[in-house]
Amino acid sequence: MTLLVPYLTAGVTENWIDHLLALQEAGADAIEVGLPFSDPMLDGATIQQASGRALARGVTVASVLAEIKDAPVRVPLIAFTYANLVFRPGAATFCRRLAEAGFRGLIVPDLPLDEAAGVERAAADAGIELTLLVAPVTPDDRLAEIVARSRGYVYAVSRMGTTGERDSLASSAGALAARIKAVSTLPVLVGFGVSGPEQAVEAGRAGDGVVIGSALMRRVLDGATPADLGAEVAAVRAALDHADQEASADHASHAEVSGHRG
Amino acid sequence: MPILMTEPAAGRFGDFGGRFVPESLVPACDALAVAFRDAWADPAFRAELDDLLAVYAGRPTPLTPARNLSAALGVELLLKREDLAHTGSHKINNVLGQGLLARRTGKRRIIAETGAGQHGVAAATAAALLGLEATIFMGERDIERQQLNVLRMTTLGATVVPVTTGSRTLSDATNEAMRAWVADVDDAHFLLGSVGGPHPYPWMVRELQRVIGDEARRQAPYVPDVVVACVGGGSNAAGTFAGFEDTTARLVGVEAAGGAAMSCGRPGVVHGSRSMVLQDPDGQVAEATSIAAGLDYPGIGPEHAFLGSAGRAEYHSVKDDEVIAAVRRLARAEGIICALESAHAVAWVLREAGGPLLPTGSRVVLTLSGRGDKDMATLGETA
Repeated sequence: MTLLVPYLTAGVTENWIDHLLALQEAGADAIEVGLPFSDPMLDGATIQQASGRALARGVTVASVLAEIKDAPVRVPLIAFTYANLVFRPGAATFCRRLAEAGFRGLIVPDLPLDEAAGVERAAADAGIELTLLVAPVTPDDRLAEIVARSRGYVYAVSRMGTTGERDSLASSAGALAARIKAVSTLPVLVGFGVSGPEQAVEAGRAGDGVVIGSALMRRVLDGATPADLGAEVAAVRAALDHADQEASADHASHAEVSGHRG
Repeated sequence: MPILMTEPAAGRFGDFGGRFVPESLVPACDALAVAFRDAWADPAFRAELDDLLAVYAGRPTPLTPARNLSAALGVELLLKREDLAHTGSHKINNVLGQGLLARRTGKRRIIAETGAGQHGVAAATAAALLGLEATIFMGERDIERQQLNVLRMTTLGATVVPVTTGSRTLSDATNEAMRAWVADVDDAHFLLGSVGGPHPYPWMVRELQRVIGDEARRQAPYVPDVVVACVGGGSNAAGTFAGFEDTTARLVGVEAAGGAAMSCGRPGVVHGSRSMVLQDPDGQVAEATSIAAGLDYPGIGPEHAFLGSAGRAEYHSVKDDEVIAAVRRLARAEGIICALESAHAVAWVLREAGGPLLPTGSRVVLTLSGRGDKDMATLGETA
């Protein structure tokens, strides 16, 4: 089954927990929760705007974690945030707080392999899986090390550039996902610039699953209710499931044909 | 070997520095470090840069005795005149070096960030000279404050992109420039203007600016007791200090009171490296404020954080009103209108001369990082 991991900026609206639960009900396999940062280097305009809105509302890491802790969340939650928020209280404290609030994973996009050792240890001690990112320009030897040290899944950054909606999935996505899958036993999730069901199916086919962020956050910023957002994600879920069934039927018919030949 | 003389291992200055960037930028940073190491060791590259610095940028800049102020203050004050360099500030040293490097590595385009506009003007200048396309990111608020420099950049053929996020100043322009670099890393060189950012920038920019300190050291008739420079990100200070690091001179960096990362900040990661950063208890980066657009930056170069923590350099801050008074006093006493940024260093000398931090009779070398033409409107408002 192709994994579907939507992204939501924590605190972007007052009822953001309802949005989170709507994503869960719509068939998310896990949810990336963005902890807003003032200087989000890797985010494009949409998520940057969402982060700014959350911070302007007075959202803090503590307030987000407190709200999450009380929410009836069943799917794994993965925190997506920047290095300074992790280092400020100390990586061990930060990871422990995440775990206490019920998080299972952590992604820090400005913490490349070479700087990650301390956070890796702290995350492991707290039972948090630190997922590392691979980019289209990552050389093979470095890719192998990232894959070996990544936990939970491997995040394939589908394109060079920041997060954000695009008209089409970058051609680099498929090639990158294939390179990772060749050396990985973990699921490979394709993200960055994935918008809408068609691109999700394409990305999901390239890897083992897909992360959708900006396209959803754009809807939220435009005023989408939890139900609206849920419908959006349910459509993606249905498209992925349909594609999975087709692939499976395709696979079965091939097997049958080969069986006849046997 | 003193740390200021060498390339820092893994881009580290003690606990500071490093490379906190998205994976997409790691190969570009690696390639840049290799390219700069090769270029810096290549006599032909150095000769070309030295020639440009001499025949184009107007180096060496003089070391001017501030005779009237010296007599009034009771300290012997020598001014390193980066305000006399082409484009009006020390920024030209760095951009010519990085511009040559961009061309050497086959880049077609440069991306730069600017606060006061001095780095933007310098970057646009180097791009024009070297046949590179230039895109300069500048906060909307700084664009309002620095109209003259915006006009200079566009006249030089650069595209100035207004940044409307956050505080709409240098910090946001830096974020935006880094994002643009991620999207065009094959074709573009990110021409960072200060000694911040991921490795190799702090090391590379310091090496390109050390010409300030090396010249001043040769020009000064003695080893000074104190070497003073203003600090935002800290490139003119890093370049100045580099020339005196292995001497007995005290190294003094002067920050804006509203942007004093060294005295009010805490260790943190912003814009690609670990350094001292103004931030709240959660780790959100705080907004710095200064009358000098070039200094309202919430961080400082990692080498300064290291020099401060190691006790090799000391960092002080001055307030906006002291800065304004310093511009006027220097102008009237010496006939030099310096930039508001540079006036921070002057203000510290004016305040401390004769006191315990700067005893009577001290011999001081002070870097005037740039000239004040761009600040006339601001100065007019405070008249």
